[in-house]
Amino acid sequence: MSLTKSELVEIFRKLVLIREFDLLAIELRKAKRIYGAVHPYVGEEAVAVGVCAALRPTDRITSTHRGHGHCIAKGADINRMMAELFGRVDGYCKGKGGSMHIADFAIGMLGANGIVAGGMPIACGAALAAQLEDAGKVTACFFGDGATGEGEFHETLNIASLWKLPLLFVCENNRYGAGNAVESVRAQADITLHAPAYGMPGIAVDGNDVLAVRDTAAEAAERARRGDGPTLIHCKTFRSLFHAMRDVPPPETRPDDLLAAWRGRDRDPITRLEDHLIGGGTVTTAELQQIRDAVKRDLDAAVAFAEASPYPDPNDLLVDMFAE
Amino acid sequence: MREITFAQALEEALIEEMERDERVITLATTRAPGLENKFGDKRVRFTPISEAAFTGIGLGAAGSGFRPVVHWGMVTFSFVAMDQIVNQASKIRYMFGGQADFPVTYRCTTGGGMQVAAQHSQSPYSMFMHLAGLKIILPSTPADAKGLLKSSIRDNNPVVFFECSRLASTTGPVPDGEHVVPIGVADVKRAGRDVTVVGLAYYVREALAVADTLAAEGISLEVVDPRTLVPMDADAIRASVRKTGRLVVVDEAPATCSAASEIVALVTEDAQTFRALRAPVQRVCAAPVPVPFSPPLEQAALPDRVRITTAIRRVLA
Repeated sequence: MSLTKSELVEIFRKLVLIREFDLLAIELRKAKRIYGAVHPYVGEEAVAVGVCAALRPTDRITSTHRGHGHCIAKGADINRMMAELFGRVDGYCKGKGGSMHIADFAIGMLGANGIVAGGMPIACGAALAAQLEDAGKVTACFFGDGATGEGEFHETLNIASLWKLPLLFVCENNRYGAGNAVESVRAQADITLHAPAYGMPGIAVDGNDVLAVRDTAAEAAERARRGDGPTLIHCKTFRSLFHAMRDVPPPETRPDDLLAAWRGRDRDPITRLEDHLIGGGTVTTAELQQIRDAVKRDLDAAVAFAEASPYPDPNDLLVDMFAE
Repeated sequence: MREITFAQALEEALIEEMERDERVITLATTRAPGLENKFGDKRVRFTPISEAAFTGIGLGAAGSGFRPVVHWGMVTFSFVAMDQIVNQASKIRYMFGGQADFPVTYRCTTGGGMQVAAQHSQSPYSMFMHLAGLKIILPSTPADAKGLLKSSIRDNNPVVFFECSRLASTTGPVPDGEHVVPIGVADVKRAGRDVTVVGLAYYVREALAVADTLAAEGISLEVVDPRTLVPMDADAIRASVRKTGRLVVVDEAPATCSAASEIVALVTEDAQTFRALRAPVQRVCAAPVPVPFSPPLEQAALPDRVRITTAIRRVLA
């Protein structure tokens, strides 16, 4: 499916924004300007951006512990995201959530989640609501390869297929669950094979090709909107950096040749789209540089916004516990 | 006033709330033909035995505009869904800064005395009380069961609604028509002078029976039913204890970190109430064992009228 130039440029901008946001988060964390854990999405940007490019603003998503990319792809405000990382009151969760619990229900982003597969039942619930409302909304449920080891993965695939829920199960197979290679924890390495077992289509896609991800997600979303049920989209990608850091990034333990192969210009999701767009004459190098410059300015502004925001008042500790 | 069973009262509450609000849906592993015929199988969802999934589905649907009533069956089965209860439902509103409401009610049966052995005789409400973020309901009469289930379904928060198994077939007066009991308000089931007995669920009935017996001896018990454990109506319990100066708490959960312990703490840490105490408080709870199967063993494990009476005599001594 062909996209307009402005759509392609926006896809490129979001890839770059996610990449730079997380690289900046790592530096901010090393400098102890933000708190907690950082789980960088570097290398996997095409999955979130490709899937969300196929969604409508009223569609919903659930995310994971590695959730910054999903937030940005769905349209979250980076100022409020950054303020949350800084633990400030203007953050999405007023400083109560932090990196692993960013949500923006107003844009259908139902939350990052610190528990592997924890968001999957919630995504099914959102899809059930959409089915009952019959308003053509779909839910995209992002999860990693590690989630396939959890009961919630199997339970939700079964129920979603049984009830024909309007869902996209988006598996980000980045080849490692924390420090463990996929083949070391799965008896059957091919995650796509879970789909036929639960009576739904399973499609493997190059998760570093944002346009391929977008087309696959668009087809799955159309199927879901028709009432034909969920699709398992197996996005083959790679976590370019570490699983998580607190004060300092952990040492790299994965093979050098694997890292080199996935970080190459022909495989990295950003340079790959860049070469495609320039090679096809869609945009110029100068135009892409303008986008990169604008992203840097936006991120500088986000940090300034976050630092200008006050810390939450300890007197508000009990606020937001229960709804009226 | 008409008398109906505890189970009938709950059924009435659910039907009335489903009639009142089409956003109320149910999720359960057992079919409910009556409800299905009345409201259709879209709203009355029969689910696979996948507790983690349907516990989270209720939460996700609640965050997306519906009011799910999720039935775990026995509370036993909720333990299979602990991630969705502990990590998700109890934290989701606060952790996201209050940006969305999650009006979901989790129903389950609870308690022993039914000769169904260890796994199916549990009373783990204090585990859920401990989480912060869940409202916890534990009614003892058909009228309270109906009124509190209606309030739970209308509440905009995750609520865990415990239904004591031994109460299911008990009967009691229930007002016709709209009957709503507010969450967080205790009820004095019997006014008295000498000892406050706080009972939970089935043990409200047992405390009332003991009160009848001891009245013949001139001992006057005040029986207080918290009805909801989160939020706990500490004011009502303290007021009763300040009046009687003596407290016995009866619950069929083991005493360690129990609702009974929490009630005792709420009473004794309040200076005015503490000073009004005329005897050490007593907890009458289950033995610290998995509930055994054989009737004589099960009876020995759970509180009974003899143990309640003994505790009352001890605080009066």
